[in-house]
Amino acid sequence: MLTYIIRRLLYSIPVLVATSFLIFTFVSITGDPLGRLRSNPNITAEQIHSIEHSKNLDKPVIVRYGYWIRDAVTKQFGTTLFGNRKIWPDLRRVMGHTLQFILSAIIISAILGIAIGVYSALRQYSLFDYTATTLSFVGFATPVFWLALMLQVLMVQIFLKWNVRVFYTSGLSSSVNAGHGFHFLLDRVQHLALPVIALCALSTATYSRFMRASMLEVLNSDYVRTARAKGLIERRVIMRHAFRNALIPLITVIAIDFGALFAGAIVTETIFTLDGMGFYFVNSLFASDPYPVMAWLMVVATMVIIFNLIADILYGVFDPRIRYE
Amino acid sequence: MTPPEGPAGPSEELTYQYGLEIEARSQWAYARRRFLRHRLATTSLVILLLIFGAGLFANYLAPYQYQEINLNALSAKPSLHHLFGTDSAGRDSLSRVLYGIRTSARVGVLVGILSTVIGTIVGGLAGYYGGWADNLLMRVTDLFLTLPLLAVLLVAAKYLGHSTPTKLALLLAFLIWTQIARIVRGSFLSLREKEYVEAAKAAGAGDLRIMLRHMLPNTIGPIVVSATLTIGTAILLEAVLSFLGFGIEPPTPALGALLNEGQDQGIDKWWLVTFPGVVIVVIVLCINFVGDGMRDALDPTQRRVRT
Amino acid sequence: MRSIPPSGAFAPNPTSPVPEPVLSIRDLVVEFSTEDGIVQAVDGVSYDLYPGETLGIVGESGSGKSVSTMSLLGLIPQPPGRIVRGEAMFQGKDLLKLSKKALRRIRGKDLAMVFQDPMTSLNPVLKIGFQIGEAIKTHNPKVKDDAVKQRAVDLLKLVGVPNPERRVDQYPHEFSGGMRQRAMIAMAIANEPSVLIADEPTTALDVTIQAQILEVLKKAQDETHAATILITHDLGLIAELADRVIVMYAGKVVEVGDVSTIFASPRHPYTVGLMDSLPKLTAAEEWLTPIPGQPPSLISRPPGCPFHPRCFLSQGRARCREEEPPLRPIDESAHLTACHFAEELEGRAGHLVEPVGAGT
Repeated sequence: MLTYIIRRLLYSIPVLVATSFLIFTFVSITGDPLGRLRSNPNITAEQIHSIEHSKNLDKPVIVRYGYWIRDAVTKQFGTTLFGNRKIWPDLRRVMGHTLQFILSAIIISAILGIAIGVYSALRQYSLFDYTATTLSFVGFATPVFWLALMLQVLMVQIFLKWNVRVFYTSGLSSSVNAGHGFHFLLDRVQHLALPVIALCALSTATYSRFMRASMLEVLNSDYVRTARAKGLIERRVIMRHAFRNALIPLITVIAIDFGALFAGAIVTETIFTLDGMGFYFVNSLFASDPYPVMAWLMVVATMVIIFNLIADILYGVFDPRIRYE
Repeated sequence: MTPPEGPAGPSEELTYQYGLEIEARSQWAYARRRFLRHRLATTSLVILLLIFGAGLFANYLAPYQYQEINLNALSAKPSLHHLFGTDSAGRDSLSRVLYGIRTSARVGVLVGILSTVIGTIVGGLAGYYGGWADNLLMRVTDLFLTLPLLAVLLVAAKYLGHSTPTKLALLLAFLIWTQIARIVRGSFLSLREKEYVEAAKAAGAGDLRIMLRHMLPNTIGPIVVSATLTIGTAILLEAVLSFLGFGIEPPTPALGALLNEGQDQGIDKWWLVTFPGVVIVVIVLCINFVGDGMRDALDPTQRRVRT
Repeated sequence: MRSIPPSGAFAPNPTSPVPEPVLSIRDLVVEFSTEDGIVQAVDGVSYDLYPGETLGIVGESGSGKSVSTMSLLGLIPQPPGRIVRGEAMFQGKDLLKLSKKALRRIRGKDLAMVFQDPMTSLNPVLKIGFQIGEAIKTHNPKVKDDAVKQRAVDLLKLVGVPNPERRVDQYPHEFSGGMRQRAMIAMAIANEPSVLIADEPTTALDVTIQAQILEVLKKAQDETHAATILITHDLGLIAELADRVIVMYAGKVVEVGDVSTIFASPRHPYTVGLMDSLPKLTAAEEWLTPIPGQPPSLISRPPGCPFHPRCFLSQGRARCREEEPPLRPIDESAHLTACHFAEELEGRAGHLVEPVGAGT
């Protein structure tokens, strides 16, 4: 097992190198970071040339890639193009917030999705099943950003009508000094509730549909029939023979969804002005600053690779047919 | 809407009775019958056609021009004069939504067609020959496994800058064709081993002929389903890009752009952000149901048990 | 309710005193609702199973042979399946009227089953020993874990799994198909059932393994003295193992009798057809003789005899088309057939019992 993990980690190094090259070339060729300066009549061509020269922008892409990799490894992704602000401290701060945000969304969606999916499968074609199915179809068709907007609209209407503030619609905390202990926690929950709901909706719909299908398939399988033929009580048939087998493929679904949740974070954090990775990414993009964008993509790619590795290991723990030699 | 579902005709009755022969019927006739029997899918198709039709004929149906300003009704709530209300410039929201549907539907359908064409060609070549097409497909797929699609789209859309619907559709198509390509590749890979393909090869048929005459027709079902669902995906992506300000920009009304404007004008004007979003949800919901119905209709191996 | 001919309600051996049947099924009707309509999978089936005997049920796929036994144990999915009516007396109780709980207590203890496909019938994520032990423990909760494991090892040894002490801790994917079926048999006989139902136990297996599994089945039967129902489409298997045969067609019993009687003088055209479609080692034929046509749709079944559209004997006679033939005794009391014109088959011998091999 340990050797497998080490081998997988070693194997991800070339994958990351290839990804880094793709990211660098992709971001470099799709945007001219100095475009806005060029169109500014107050800046002369010489000034632009001197900026290009000082930032090595006049070198070929492959050379610039070399510089970038060097900076990424030795100087923690270096500084931004405009303003020479260090990238890593900012990125590390927003990463912390976003990971909290995404992991809580995964945990909540997984618990809800599994519970709904299993119950739907056990009570197939019941009122609960129909309701859950309908809601999940609506969930698939609802853009995350619009759901976020609607939640804000709802809270604003409640506030305007009754002057009650249930959840906050922007930011992470009410003030810099949000207090300690319970007050801090309550304040955080009031701020994070809406973005987490918005982010969870689509994942919950996905997991519950998948879990329902997986559970139904297992419930109709030959080995569940064997378990029943042995005379096991139904609860044991479901928990010991059906549930565990149905759960295994969900691990892959959640692992794939992890990457998609970053997309969700881009949208929700922008709408709720949360100081997270998504907000940081959109702002860097608006500023046409390539380096934080590249650093962001690298960090996300690395996290997705690590998360997939964890999922693979979990898969092996649950399914004895997979053995990592 | 629902087809007559009476007893089968006399000849069918007879064959059933004697169990000796089964009447041959074209695959498409079966598929059409199964689709029409799928009530949710047929209803969705009708709603979808109505919505797209309303967008197509927006210039006849819209009560106002989309840039027409009514200074007597600035930020007006929905009323009989302005069913969906007006924005802060006094422009009629319903008219803007109708024109927005036209833009979004055009992007969606264009992406559906383009990505299907690209995906079918690359996927077909990858499945039949392997080689460079297979490599290209696999590398692009790998990239999207490690990077969120939306992030890649945003970076590319940023470069495009001030976007027209056609430009945005091209961009989307060039980034989401891989799904169809993977389906076609998988199908071609398995069809390559089938006896009738071997037989055609042995009879001296050329590669192109084998692909077009023997393999493509057997893949058309999944391609059609996937193309349909891609329209929905494209409409959602167009909306989120335009909403974030990287897609279609004002004054062209698109559903996502309308939501962006609505948010800018303050979400206490709930009607500005509610109606365009509801339209998106209904469109995508209907597309998904139609796709599901087609999948059931085109895949006769899936027989449902009714209770 | 119309009177039902008690098919097979005759002693297997008419000279000895009639023993009580262990399992007695009367007029069982099972339906499935599908997209195209209601399918009558089992349509008025009746038969008896006597202690210690092996009863073969033979028929094409879709003839209702599996459903008729599976429904007794409550193992068909309901819905879409539905037991419309019938009676299944076992140990003085009607299985079809038992509560779920009471039926569960019988299942796997007194009535055990071996399924067709050993590759999919074992849970892939649980150890073989655990799965066998579960069968023991659920009906004997007081037995200690060590004893359960020892019993699992003994059972694996009995069914001929080599190195059972090690194998008991392995997962199904570490077993071959034949070994898995042995484990399935071990699981089925773990509680020494009085009735063992084997549903196509060798169909999914390699031909070379089939004979071994038959040996294991015979041994398991000897060991537990269980009366056995052997469901198969393979007449060879019936000839090998069964004492009596039930032939099913389109959800109905069409012929019942001793194995030797049925093979020597089949009295239903369908049985004759089944035998004709087997390869014969004696005749130098180029072609097998299949039964023409296809099994009828169970949704809109033809009126009259269900077999008449394919029957060589019917030849368009009106009686076959209009009147459903009842199951009635012919030749001797233990031989029943559901054919109006069974007498016309007299003298038409079956083929399998013809001496086969060298010297003929």
